[in-house]
Amino acid sequence: MLYAILCYNEEDVIQAWSKEEDDATMERLFAVTNRLTSESKLGPVARLLPTTAATTLRKNGKEKFVLDGPFAETKEQFLGFYVVDVETLNDAIAISHELADANPGTGSYEIRPLAVYVPDGRTK
Amino acid sequence: MTELAWIDAAFKAARPQALGALLRYFRTLDLAEEAFQEACLRALKSWPKNGPPGDPAAWLIFVGRNAGVDQIRKRSKLEALPDEDQISDKEDAEADMAERLDGAHYRDDILRLLFICCHPDLPATQQIALALRIVSGLSVKQIARAFLVSEAAMEQRITRAKGRVAAAGVPFEAPGPAERAERLGLVASMVYLVFNEGYSTANPDNSNAALCDEAIRLTRLLIKLFPGEPELMGLLALMLLQHSRLKARFDARNAIVLLEKQDRALWDRVLITEALALIDKAMRHREPGMYQVQAAIAALHARAARPEDTDWAEIELLYRMLEKLQPSPVVTLNRAVAVSKARGAEAALAIVEPLAEELSGYFYFHGVRGGLLKELGRAAEARESFDRAIALANSPAEAAHIRDHLDSLADISAGKAKVVVDG
Repeated sequence: MLYAILCYNEEDVIQAWSKEEDDATMERLFAVTNRLTSESKLGPVARLLPTTAATTLRKNGKEKFVLDGPFAETKEQFLGFYVVDVETLNDAIAISHELADANPGTGSYEIRPLAVYVPDGRTK
Repeated sequence: MTELAWIDAAFKAARPQALGALLRYFRTLDLAEEAFQEACLRALKSWPKNGPPGDPAAWLIFVGRNAGVDQIRKRSKLEALPDEDQISDKEDAEADMAERLDGAHYRDDILRLLFICCHPDLPATQQIALALRIVSGLSVKQIARAFLVSEAAMEQRITRAKGRVAAAGVPFEAPGPAERAERLGLVASMVYLVFNEGYSTANPDNSNAALCDEAIRLTRLLIKLFPGEPELMGLLALMLLQHSRLKARFDARNAIVLLEKQDRALWDRVLITEALALIDKAMRHREPGMYQVQAAIAALHARAARPEDTDWAEIELLYRMLEKLQPSPVVTLNRAVAVSKARGAEAALAIVEPLAEELSGYFYFHGVRGGLLKELGRAAEARESFDRAIALANSPAEAAHIRDHLDSLADISAGKAKVVVDG
């Protein structure tokens, strides 16, 4: 079963991390992803650049608009995702626990089963 | 990261909004700052025990308000107190708080806070110092270190700046659209001053790069508040591109490495990617401004895998545009450098010579002029320019760089070198 683990957190807080804090967090996350890779459970992993760099195409009936950023009014932003290949939902939840432990502070992890998966040849 | 470090990051993230709201409430910087500090102290007691609140900024504003009002009561001043019905004594009414926060004021609170720091009555150094103290919450010690002055001197500078702001009065009404645009421009230039203070003094041995990080963080905040401002996108892109070269800008002896000699593998690709996305986004608005054009120039350097891949003709065009937007002899001098790469030293020198009077006291003018003369094989005149540049150098690294030129001139006089035209 393929699951996407979607990571949400407060962007303002993440951006207030010092370089050292950020590096330390990434190191803890790499420890988790390296293990998952060695167990052949890990698909693509992405850390998204800040929402201020984003552009949104919005469709409104037949009209389409290109807008600056998502700038959602929600408190937490979508900041990155992992794709994992595991047997059960519980396995995916267990991995989310590990990711949550590696991250400091607050945050939430949405675990979504994948319907279509097109592996990227470049990552092989 | 420890829990304490996370709480510190939350304070830092919440600071502009919380301090801005407290300033609107109490109307003096000192009281707003005290109230914020008190709220942070209470958070340090409460958050580790009760877990982080749903909205840290709302929590800090609310607790800060109560703490500030307590302060006023204690001092038993005869001034009128803020409206009682706006204040809750319940510190745990957190869900309530977020709702009671006036979201519409958020932008103006932060803008006002930043605007106070770039008050036109203040000299630029005081604007930066005040912004770093008030908005970024850096300690006086940290700021003093960045400015290479004593802590006491910096304390005095900040106190004086606060005094001037208080004497001049703070505009508390919500600004109209025209005024807001004007303020935003001032605020943007102040943030850029903070960045430049960090950029010009940073080296791998000190932590002044933190000033650059702070300016970048503030600009991201501004873009969140004003998402459709292409100049803010340009400003952020410009800072990210300059900051991306931090590791490549100095060699092992801490001497400056010029752009064309930098090891491009040391450039931070993540920052560059973000900057390129931002500048592309800004261009879609078709409202060119000086930050966007400068960022576009920096982006052309960033896109070139090797120095010889640089699109100098396009850079020359962008400098022409910048000269129209922001005429200055320094910009013209920069265009001359692009011209020298695109069309040779002769054409560039024709642009540089007329600037002699205006830029006679400018280090880079003599450096560039000397470089062009050297390229044209006019060694004696080049030496004269380089000598003047050394006399005007702002740092040992700058002087050392010119001395390298002088050394290579010795080769020219010995007839070993020939004219080299890049690209």
